[in-house]
Amino acid sequence: MSYEIVIGLEVHLQLNTKSKVFCGCSTDFGSAPNTQTCPVCLGFPGSLPVLNRQALELGARVAIALSCQIAKEIRFDRKNYFYPDLPKDYQISQFDQPLAQHGILNIVTGESEKKIRIRRVHLEEDTGKLFHQKDHSLIDFNRSGMPLLEIVSEPDMNSPEEAYLYLTALKSILEYIDVSDCNMEEGSLRCDANISIRKKGDSVLGTKTEIKNMNSFKGVKAALEYESKRQMDSLEGGKRIVQETRLYNAEKCVTEPMRSKEEAHDYRYFPEPDLVPFDFEESLLERIHKDIPELPEPKKNRFIKDYLLSNYDAAVIVSDKNTANYFEKCVGLYDNPKAVANWLMGDISAYIKENNVLIKDLNLKPEHLADMLKMIDSGVITGKIAKTLLIEVIKTGIDPRKLVKEKGLEQISDVSLLEATTSQVISENPKSAEDFKNGKENALMFLVGKVMQKTKGRADPSKVNGMLREKLKGAE
Amino acid sequence: MMELNTLTAHNLIELLKKGDISPLDICNNIINRIEKTEKSLAALAHFDKEKALERCGNLRKTAEKGGLWGIPIFIKDNICVKDELTTCSSKILKGFKPPYNATVIDKLTSLDAILMGKTNMDEFAFGSSTETSCYGPTRNPWDLERIPGGSSGGSAAAVAGDEAIFALGSDTGGSIRQPAGVCGVVGLKPTYGRVSRYGLIAFASSLDQIGPITKDVEDAAILLKAISGHDEMDSTSADMPVPDYLSGMKKSIKGLKIGVPKEYFIDGLDKEVKDSIKAAIEKLEKLGAVCEDMSLPHTEYAVSVYYLVATAEASSNLARFDGVQYGLRADNIKSMMDMYKKTRKEGFGDEAKRRIILGTFALSSGYYDAYYSKALKVRTLIRTDFDKAFQKFDAIVTPTSPTAAFKIGEKISDPLTMYLSDIFTISANLAGIPGISIPCGFTKNNLPIGLQILGKPFDEETILKVAYNYEQNTDWHKRKPKL
Repeated sequence: MSYEIVIGLEVHLQLNTKSKVFCGCSTDFGSAPNTQTCPVCLGFPGSLPVLNRQALELGARVAIALSCQIAKEIRFDRKNYFYPDLPKDYQISQFDQPLAQHGILNIVTGESEKKIRIRRVHLEEDTGKLFHQKDHSLIDFNRSGMPLLEIVSEPDMNSPEEAYLYLTALKSILEYIDVSDCNMEEGSLRCDANISIRKKGDSVLGTKTEIKNMNSFKGVKAALEYESKRQMDSLEGGKRIVQETRLYNAEKCVTEPMRSKEEAHDYRYFPEPDLVPFDFEESLLERIHKDIPELPEPKKNRFIKDYLLSNYDAAVIVSDKNTANYFEKCVGLYDNPKAVANWLMGDISAYIKENNVLIKDLNLKPEHLADMLKMIDSGVITGKIAKTLLIEVIKTGIDPRKLVKEKGLEQISDVSLLEATTSQVISENPKSAEDFKNGKENALMFLVGKVMQKTKGRADPSKVNGMLREKLKGAE
Repeated sequence: MMELNTLTAHNLIELLKKGDISPLDICNNIINRIEKTEKSLAALAHFDKEKALERCGNLRKTAEKGGLWGIPIFIKDNICVKDELTTCSSKILKGFKPPYNATVIDKLTSLDAILMGKTNMDEFAFGSSTETSCYGPTRNPWDLERIPGGSSGGSAAAVAGDEAIFALGSDTGGSIRQPAGVCGVVGLKPTYGRVSRYGLIAFASSLDQIGPITKDVEDAAILLKAISGHDEMDSTSADMPVPDYLSGMKKSIKGLKIGVPKEYFIDGLDKEVKDSIKAAIEKLEKLGAVCEDMSLPHTEYAVSVYYLVATAEASSNLARFDGVQYGLRADNIKSMMDMYKKTRKEGFGDEAKRRIILGTFALSSGYYDAYYSKALKVRTLIRTDFDKAFQKFDAIVTPTSPTAAFKIGEKISDPLTMYLSDIFTISANLAGIPGISIPCGFTKNNLPIGLQILGKPFDEETILKVAYNYEQNTDWHKRKPKL
């Protein structure tokens, strides 16, 4: 039996405002428990919420970046449920009139593109955090009242891989518009997934499960891979899927049913009377619209057009805002985009991954890279030297031209300087010299390598090649 | 020496200015009175003599003084005063001392008023008789067997009984005007948004307003001016200028158009009350107002709408009293759910439970459209009634309550009858308009009768003007109960 997987994702995003969404408390991460609280975010009786306009603006930024329609009137609702991390025992959220609806996010699967529809984007307040001890629980309300943006997709993804691509594409956009730290480990980005399966060709959706507790994009993918297989195995085994919430266990790589706390919640949503509905000013929307920088997709298309990058190279470079900025700065100083792209995607990217650093924090500035590439082109250094020079600059932050001078890394192209070394190599490797004379081209490469070794990579390989050839063929 | 506690704030301000008396004199008079009458009135929820005297002693002595310098004031127990017991007369807030002041409290202390203590109320303002207080009922100074109205019954009884110069109450469906009416004092509910609700422990957020309970109209104007104005901490507070009520109200009401809604003169309206109101209307006409019968057609739905909207909001507002952070937490709890259940069972009284259940039901899925949602629609119709009426009329007069004070225990076991005590006051909250109740007569049994004057949104000035003109030409407000 062949099945189709259907996935929808709910992303909770902590917006990087200075203060909380309904009070003036700081949103700094990692402070001592309950030090960033006030009567409002503690839900003390008599306290009242006041909307933080910055949170609304950041929310609108996201909505616009996802091509959503923004609500004309902004209003909030109360979602009522009892839980100790929710100090008022209701959450201020948005129910039937979310901040924005009907957006689109493009993902690239292999060579083709797919549009994932965004159902809604709404603003709400975060809860506190519970710490369960042996016989009691502790509450930290620092997180209570942090601005959260919930981004809900339509069930448009048909594989765990697509879910993964959706999340990376979303994160990339969110980083471009600078609205959140997007850090899943610190909880500034959280993701729940709804997944169901159905027989290929069926139009009715299967029974879905909701998966929670993933703390990385890879975790989301792994959880969905496990869960889709579990659902298929169930159906194959003649069992039915139970609609339930399951928690992902990252250690065992499985999803497990959450001990069911209660029957389905009735949240008794109703309009929040403490916040007056208001119209989103056109002028403000226009300003937010203008402030949105070029997003990954248009940037990619521009890179392909202006810099003649391949689709793949452009996609890799624009996926990270800082890499894209780095690229453009560098290309502005050195007019060979392909070479810049190669270095960015090769040695630099490898270093970044290995050392877990950000490109914007590297000592190797775009000017440095441009200088280095110019030195290669003008024959000052060899490509081989450039590779070690790159690491040296990253480590020391010293200007590459200065380093080349100080360490004497310039390429040796002067024939007179290479004369002695080439002769020495020939006399030390008579067998190879003989082989080359007898027509083995490879033997020459070996001898060139020996010269490079002796000159610590500084010799101009083409010059060496020519000299050796002349010496050996000339002696014939 | 005269009994300063029997005077009004504006009298005392004059005397203090002249230097005839000191704030301590007033304070001592108040304390003496409380020691004499509080046992029979039970108007106060929290009162600490020493603290009151200490506050009096801490008054600034500089030349620059606030407009209420040295004037003592009592506060309803649902308004937060920093580090002072604020319990809404409920067991569930036992021992609760808020770490912050309500905005109105900051305003009063910046004017150098002296906070004396907290007044008794119906639990969480749920009631019209002050009988649902966890501290027991307050009594009406005019007849100790009778209720002082509610829910601000403590404030009204304290002012009427001269334990207080004036007091703050809160009004969600009549909780200032109805007790003022049955205690023979002045009570004003401002326009929704006129006074900041920050620090008022919410009953129904879209209806609640803090307002003054005073011995005369001039004091109501003074106290309203003191607490009014935009507050950044309350998104529902209006950013509108606060006029000088004191000078505005002294103008003539000649030519003022006053509507008399026929829906307020119905069966169940006590004959003596009706006669007093009719006489008051004649008086207003003599003073130059043009009174005319008119209609507010959706009045009959007000009580039903109110008990859906108010209880729905209350059920959510009162959820936070869960035993987690403050107030009561039940003993011997076995689990989280056990904590919620036992705490709320022990902490809330019957009426609070009744309203929480009602409101929860009205918001429940499957019932929301039939109840809460429909109630909001009818609320709009009621508001439209007033909008239309105020295109023609400058003010509307009605009785404050259908009867004078009833007996303690008379209606407590019959919630529906009790709810009808607010039948004439509820509409103003649903429409968000201001209303004032002033004394306009007495029954044969010497029980006060209240006249309600309703006005356009943010036009407290006009209702104060009508009230002041009436009061200056009558002497009902000068009568004092024998205690």
